[in-house]
Amino acid sequence: MDITFDHVSFTYQAGTPFAGDGLKDISTTIKGGDYTAIIGHTGSGKSTLLQHLNALLKPTSGTVTIGDREITPETNNKNLKPLRQKVGMVFQFAENQLFEQTVERDIAFGPMNFGVPEKDAKALAAQMVKLVGLPDDILQQSPFDLSGGQMRRVAIAGVLAMQPEILVLDEPTAGLDPAGRLEMMTMFKKLHDEQGLTIVLVTHQMDDVADYADRVLVMEHGALVRQGTPREIFADPDWLRQKQLGLPKTTAFAERLQKLGFTFDQMPLTASELADDLMPQIGGGDRG
Amino acid sequence: MDKLILGRYIPGDSMVHRLDPRTKLMASFYYIAIIFLANNWQSYLLMFVATMVMIMLSKVKLSFFLRGVRPMIWLIMFTVALQIFFTKGGHTYWSWGWLAITQFGLTNGAFIFMRFVLIIFISTLLTLTTQPLSLADAVESLLKPLRVIHVPVTELALVLQIALRFVPTLMDQTTKIMNAQRARGVDFGTGNLFQQMKAVVPLLIPLFVDSFGIAEDLATAMDARGYQGGDNRTKYRVLQYHRSDATAAIVMVALTGLLVFLRA
Repeated sequence: MDITFDHVSFTYQAGTPFAGDGLKDISTTIKGGDYTAIIGHTGSGKSTLLQHLNALLKPTSGTVTIGDREITPETNNKNLKPLRQKVGMVFQFAENQLFEQTVERDIAFGPMNFGVPEKDAKALAAQMVKLVGLPDDILQQSPFDLSGGQMRRVAIAGVLAMQPEILVLDEPTAGLDPAGRLEMMTMFKKLHDEQGLTIVLVTHQMDDVADYADRVLVMEHGALVRQGTPREIFADPDWLRQKQLGLPKTTAFAERLQKLGFTFDQMPLTASELADDLMPQIGGGDRG
Repeated sequence: MDKLILGRYIPGDSMVHRLDPRTKLMASFYYIAIIFLANNWQSYLLMFVATMVMIMLSKVKLSFFLRGVRPMIWLIMFTVALQIFFTKGGHTYWSWGWLAITQFGLTNGAFIFMRFVLIIFISTLLTLTTQPLSLADAVESLLKPLRVIHVPVTELALVLQIALRFVPTLMDQTTKIMNAQRARGVDFGTGNLFQQMKAVVPLLIPLFVDSFGIAEDLATAMDARGYQGGDNRTKYRVLQYHRSDATAAIVMVALTGLLVFLRA
């Protein structure tokens, strides 16, 4: 399922003195099966863009096509449910959405809203709890008795239980410890690779972009200023810094090595690429 | 959430904006009270003109005031209808059983309508041109005399200020949680009453949990910075009456005089 933006603009509180630009003339396609990262500094319109992916916001002008549904400024708010089942959204600090008495019921809440029978929804809950790396016995506990990190996992399990085709992640690992972060990101990668889940990730972690994404969208002031593969985007460090964005650690390290005389055909994005590039140069003993 | 116009401050630098919040608060209450003095066309016309002049002085667009009336329109129409159908007297235009539209009914209906609109306009003017925190300061300052009878005025004012401060925060949070639950298949505002009430639960519980979290964090932060309540705290913003406040008071008195002169 593809999501296509065709000259999409969005204005907050249109028609009042508080009106503010949210999105400006965005045209792009998020292809089914891709792992797309959206980067841009705070307030650049990333979250506004995300809310167009499942029609939580409708464009002020232009068209968003989600699968076979067209969302235009005139689209009615009714009958959006089938769409929302297909596009799962994990918002920032997703643990804020928990409300049920038990973890099981909270995870089953989404699927049941989309018409899955209670028994099947509970089976899904058990399955998803395992998937996000939580123990079985957590199912009957209150979500409010869990730690922050566990609550986040329960919330993510609640979205995965809807069995979406597209998973939208808004800084899903913010505030998690490094081990938890790696575990979460690995799980998303696995879902993408093994189940063909389309993933859209908003992040400030350039390392995650380099490690996981196939495609990168760069946002600034509500406009899409550049799109391409991570390699294309990270090939221009000065431009990124100008947009208040950084480089993946590996690429930044390689950039400093370059100043010491090392040469790279193309900037390495991951540690193993860097190692491959460095081996011959060190092996040759020529360290400039 | 964007449609809530009452209680929303619109930044500006008009004469009305610059008035002392205490003046605006007292004048608004006073004005609403004297609206009830009006009882004929001339006196209602006077109050209408006076309200329009004040709105013009505030330099806020009239559409904002009209939007303030919108949520109340059904209540207004209901009251007006009651007046029209149940007031007897004067020429009878139409009647059906015990229902009748009479001359007095129509004029009374029109007066009630005017009264509602003027009261809403003037309270909207107060909230559109005064920052909520200034209003809280004004309340505190006006209640100060009650300290004599041991009313904890500063504490009450603090509660009011904190409540006002967190209205936007909680509204943001509400939007976020609504979005998250919508994405999980909740339909807000559709279905029968029971379904709608059920849809509110996934919104209210996270909101409560969040509010308690915010309250606890705020209390810790205040303790950490050594906050101590009591009457001896000084203020960063000191309220001070100016000449324009005296002008406003004189205008109110003059209006009252004219009104008493014009009313039947």
